[in-house]
This record gives sequence, structure tokens and C-alpha cells, in this order.
Amino acid sequence: MASYVTKRLSIGLVTLLLASVVVFAVLEILPGDPARIMLGMNASPETVATLRQEMGLDQPAPLRYLDWLGGLVTGDLGRSYTYSTPVIELVRERLAVSLPLALISLFLSTAVAIPVGVFAASRSGKLSDTIAMGTAQIGIALPNFWLALLLVYVFAVGLQWLPSGGFPGWSNPLQAIKALILPAISLALPQAAILARVTRSAMIETLGEDFIRTARAKGLPRRKVLWRHALRNAMIPVLTILGLQFSFLLAGTIIIENVFYLPGLGRLIFQAINQRDLIVVEGVVILLVASVILINLVVDICYALVDPRLRTGR
Amino acid sequence: MKSLVTVFGAAAITLASANAALSARTDLVIGVVLEPPHLDPTAGAAGAIDEILYANVFEGLTRIGPNGEVLPGLAESWEVSEDGKVYTFKLRAGVKFHDGTTFDAEDVKFSLDRARAEDSVNAQKVLFSAIDTVEVVDPLTVKVTLKRPQGSFLYNMGWGDAVIVAPESAETNKEKPVGTGPFRFDRWARGASVTLVRNPDYWGEPAALEKAEFRFVPDAAAAVPALLSGDVQAFPNFPASDALEQIKADPRFAVVIGSTEGETILAMNNAKAPFDNLKVRQAISHAIDREEIILGASNGLGQPIGSHFSPANEAYEDLTGLYPHDAEKAKQLLAEAGLADGFSATIKLPPTTYARVGGEIVTSQLAEVDIKLEIIPMEWAQWLEQVFTNKDFDLTIISHTEPNDIDIYGRDGYYFGYNNPEFKTVMAELDATVDPEKRNELYRKAQRIIAEDAVNAFLFQLPKVGVWDAKLVGMWENSPIQANDLTKVRWTD
Repeated sequence: MASYVTKRLSIGLVTLLLASVVVFAVLEILPGDPARIMLGMNASPETVATLRQEMGLDQPAPLRYLDWLGGLVTGDLGRSYTYSTPVIELVRERLAVSLPLALISLFLSTAVAIPVGVFAASRSGKLSDTIAMGTAQIGIALPNFWLALLLVYVFAVGLQWLPSGGFPGWSNPLQAIKALILPAISLALPQAAILARVTRSAMIETLGEDFIRTARAKGLPRRKVLWRHALRNAMIPVLTILGLQFSFLLAGTIIIENVFYLPGLGRLIFQAINQRDLIVVEGVVILLVASVILINLVVDICYALVDPRLRTGR
Repeated sequence: MKSLVTVFGAAAITLASANAALSARTDLVIGVVLEPPHLDPTAGAAGAIDEILYANVFEGLTRIGPNGEVLPGLAESWEVSEDGKVYTFKLRAGVKFHDGTTFDAEDVKFSLDRARAEDSVNAQKVLFSAIDTVEVVDPLTVKVTLKRPQGSFLYNMGWGDAVIVAPESAETNKEKPVGTGPFRFDRWARGASVTLVRNPDYWGEPAALEKAEFRFVPDAAAAVPALLSGDVQAFPNFPASDALEQIKADPRFAVVIGSTEGETILAMNNAKAPFDNLKVRQAISHAIDREEIILGASNGLGQPIGSHFSPANEAYEDLTGLYPHDAEKAKQLLAEAGLADGFSATIKLPPTTYARVGGEIVTSQLAEVDIKLEIIPMEWAQWLEQVFTNKDFDLTIISHTEPNDIDIYGRDGYYFGYNNPEFKTVMAELDATVDPEKRNELYRKAQRIIAEDAVNAFLFQLPKVGVWDAKLVGMWENSPIQANDLTKVRWTD
């Protein structure tokens, strides 16, 4: 098990290093001068040059890359050009929104999807299965921003139960949770639909295996076979999808964050790209790459836990 | 007995009015589309900075009023010497910065010297270019000597980029702005909102609002529910103009269409063939149909313009009739220019709605006179680099939002490449003229020159679409500068 983890970890580190080169190079090519964006159309070229110097943009690119990499190793992501605040500080502020949002969505989607998937699999081909999977199909087709707007009109404008958007901060936890409910639902439902379908197909496959018949034959109740034996063995594809979804929820929420004007990580990247606050983009992207690698590592370890064969590398 | 009744009556009235004052709301949530990159108006061009801080937190020597007029600010009065080169400002007494330090002439000298210094990164450094020296005469008197007379000097001092800051707090204003205004900065929840609170020690009439929160609502689709649910009570620039009819029909809201300083133009690269040919530019000006563009690109709300000047300005001259929509005339002019078969060109469009929609309409209109345009959409950063800085473009659509900025036509190396010595002479004369009547005459002359030269095709003045709770009064109808002055805003019942 230890060697398995070490191997995965070193692959992760190499990936991270490669990603840092790619991220830096891609942003280098991106047209647009952060100094000109800050100063606008009325500033003279001399003023722009002064600001570029202040930002350290007059240095050659390889030098700036090494600088940045050196900072990364010591945990320093640099300072934002526009906000003149440490990048790590900006990320921390945004994670206070994005992380809870991702976790709530993940919890919601799992809590809905797995029971529905198992249920549908156990009644495969029957009417209830068709209805469940038909609904899931609609869920997959539904764009989440549209669902978000629908929820806003019903629960914020109509019923006035929940705010239409914005985030008041965690100093008032109840208000903060209320602000995250609608965005979490809008993110969770389409994800749940995908997860339910994956769970169902994995379950159906597992339910056809010999050991299930054996389990039933030795007299285990149907329910026990379903939840204990079949679900555990159907978990690998489900975990893969869950891992992918968590990465998506952390980074891919730009649209939902815009609809609910939440100050999350997605909005930060979006704004930073528009303002060519490259150091922020680089920092956030590399952190996201790191978190995806970490999540994959966790998923790999989970595989090993649910499937002992993987531990020994057989 | 009678006097007793009077006393009771008076007491009752006092109580009633006190009650009314108590029951009226004193907090306001204002929706703005863009979040400022930082909170120092003297260190960035982003309009979003001024939209929150100008006149609310920071004040200058002069201030720009709701109709673009120059009003006294931190300077209560001033004298201008005969030759127009020496301005002596009398400052207000008893003004304090929000951190408790006293405002005096030293702060004025510090602010102006800082803005025009060699290493200054003030985005509008040109505003201070005429200043030669700034002298402190006494704590409440400042003498500014100019290198040459500058008629717009008092106006320039009213810009957000010319606000007065204190040496103690200048370096930290980006994060924690400290000014002299009727509101103090309270907190900035990055990505979410900036909150201001009333300054109890304000030198002037205190603000009616106790708390004003500027909330960032970047998505037009989100602005409508935010307003309808009451989460946001005012959008000084409402981003969802499609939903305007629905909101107009709702008696809870006031919809106020005003004007801005944004001249929206179809800019042409005058330095590049065939746009260096006057006849080609005139042909394009004849080929476009302003009304149709206004209808599509600004929901019919923009005012047509015939030159680079705001119709709200008293020196405005209506030149919209100079090149009426006439496709035949356009074709004839193209033929005279030796381009009877038309030509192909590109139009690079920044991401704003007016540019993207306007660009499509212009493309179809020019196609009618055999000018075939290829639309190249780009994001703002790209536009600034390719079009504005590198001048690598044929046509583009852009709104010039700086107030009173006709002088850009006299700047060397400006992106649309116009160079006319006659125009430059007018600008120099304008600089040297202080008399308002003569200045207006020169402004009119300048408008005519660039209109006749068809430097760009002048489309419309960008409208200001304000939407707010009908019980709110004191919001600005027009935006002569990019600002949301909240000093007179209050709730009624």
C-alpha cells in the first residue's frame, strides 16, 4: 500500500511541474497588457511603462518563470497586480465560498443519485426505472444556469424564502448557508442526474455477476445483497465520476457563481483573466491542478480500499 | 390656554416629523456590474473605482455637479489671475480626513505633486500636465501656477483622478481608502461588495443614508431577480435593458433614462488606406443608418450624435444632418475614390453589447454599398492591445466615456490616426481661453472640423439607464462623470 501511494504521489509531482510550465507559457502568449488595462485609454505610454516596471513585467519571461516557481516551492504565490494583495490571501477568501458550495453540492448530488441509481437498477426495465432514468436524462440535458434562474424566480422573487444572490460572509452563518442553498441545488441536480445513471449501469452489471447469485442462493435478503454486496462492487466507476465531479465543482462553477454573484474561485479566475492579472490566474490554476491531482490520489486510494486487488498491484 | 394648545400642537408636529425621520430607511444596496480592481481613484482608470468612491469618500478641490457643472469642493472659492496662469484656492476650514488627520494646504500640494510626479501611475496624468508649481501660501490657501493658461483647469480638478489624499494614507488607499467625503469606507468583501457608512464628522451637510452597500452583480440575467426580490434597490446603470419594459410597468420601480459622456463611434484607422481618403470616410458616414443602429445597439435609447461631443453640453452643436443616410451618395463617393467595386476590411469589436450588436448592423449596412466587413470579436484586453495600443485595425466600435474628451483628436499617435494642424490650433486656443463664451465657440468649431473630416462615423451618445426603487430620491439622472454621488440620496415614504 505504501509503495502504491509513493508511486502515485511522484507521478502527481511530475504532472504538477509540467502543468506549471504549460500554464506559464500559455498565459505568456495571451495578448493584452495588464498595465494598459489598469490605466485605460487616456494614459500615456510613459505612464504605462512606469506601471509595468512597478509590476515587474519588464523582466524577461524565463526569469519571471523561475521567480514564480521559486515562490511556489516556498508556498508563496506572489502578489496580485490589480488587487496588490498576496494571491494566497485572495484564494483563501474565495475558498471560503467555493469549498462549502462544492461540498454541499457533492453531498446533495450523492445523497440523491446513489439511492435513485440503486433503486432503478433493482427494478431494471420496470416502469419506475424508466421514470427515474427519464427524469435523470432531463436533468443531464438541463443547463444549470437555466435551472438556477428558475430557482431564483420561484424561491427568491416569488416566495422570497431565499436571497436572489450575493454572499454576506461567514460572520452570519445562517445567512451564509441560506445564500448557498440555491446555487448548491443548481449545481447538484445536473450532477446527480449523471451520477444516478452511472450508478444504475454499474449496479446492473454487478447484479448479473455470479457472486450475487451465490449470495442470494445462500439466503441473504434482497435488500442486504443490493446495498452490501452489489453497491460496494459497483463503487469504482461511481468513485471515478465523483472525483471528476468534485474537481468540476471546485473550478467549473464560473457560470453559477455569475448567476448568483457569489465571490468564489470561478469568479476570481474569470475576473483575473479579463484584467490580465496573470499572476493570480497562474496561482489559482496551479492550485486547482494540485487539487485535482490530490483528489485523484484520494480516489485511487479509495479504489484500493474497495478493491483489495489494486493494493498489491496485481 | 391657547398658547398651551400651540405648544402641544408644536410638540405633536415635532414628534410626528421625528417619527417620519425614524421610519424612513437609511440603508441602500446599489447594484454595480464591475468590481473595482482597487479603491484608489488616483491610481487606475477603471470607472468602477469612481463609481463607488467619487464624491462619497473622496473629494477634490472642485467637484462636478449632476449636470456637468464645476462646483466648489474642498476649495470653497478661487481666484484666477489676469493672464489665466495663477489659480489661488481658498480651502474649507475644519475639514478632517476619515482617519482624524486635518485637511490643509499641505495635503493639496502633496496630492497634486504626487499625481504629476515622474514616477506617477495616475491614469489621467494629462490632467495635471499644465501645472508648473504648487505652493502652500498658508494652511488654507494654495497657489497653483500653470505653465500656460488652461481653460479646463478647474474642470480637470473635479475629476476622480484629482481627488485630495493625505500623505499618511495615500499608500494604503488601494485597500483602505481614506478621504474627506460624507461617507467613510467600512469594508470590502472582495468579489461581493463594498460598504460605506456615513461620516458623522463631515464638514458639509451630512448624508441622509447611514449605510450604502455597492454590490457587484456581474450578470445581466441576475440583475432582474436581484431588483424584483428587493435584494438590490438601485441600479444606476441597469445592465439588462431587455427587461426594461417589464420593470417600467411595475409601479415599485422608477426607470430613468439619462445621458452619459460616452460618445459611441465607428472608429476608422485614418492612417491606413483606404480610410486615409476623406471620400471613403464620407462614404462610410453616408452608408450607415444611425437610427437603425441606435434601435439595435442601445434599445432605441441613445441620442444620435454628429460629432464627438455630448448633447448634454451647452457647447453642443447638432451635426447629425451633415452626412444623412444615403447609400447612393455613398456609392458615388466610393467611385470617386476609385473604389467603385467596394472593398473588404475588418471590424474589431470589444465585448460590450453596443459594440457587438452595433458591429453586426454596421456590417450589414456597409454591405449595401459593397464594403464587405469581417467581424472579429475580441475581449477587452485584446482590444486594448491590438486596436488601441498597436493601432492594428481597420474599423472598430467603441464608446469614449471620458468627459469632454474632444482633445483626443489633437493627440499625436492616438489610435485612429487623425492628424489635422487646424484642429490642433483650435485645441491650443481652447487651452489658452478662460472666457466661457469664447470656449464654447471654440468647442463648436472643433466639433465642425472633425465632423466635416468624417474622422470617425459618429453614432450615438451612450444612454444611462437608471433603475431604482420608486421611493428613492436624489439619484443622478445623467452621468457627466462616472460616479454615483450619494450625498443627496434618501428614502421617502
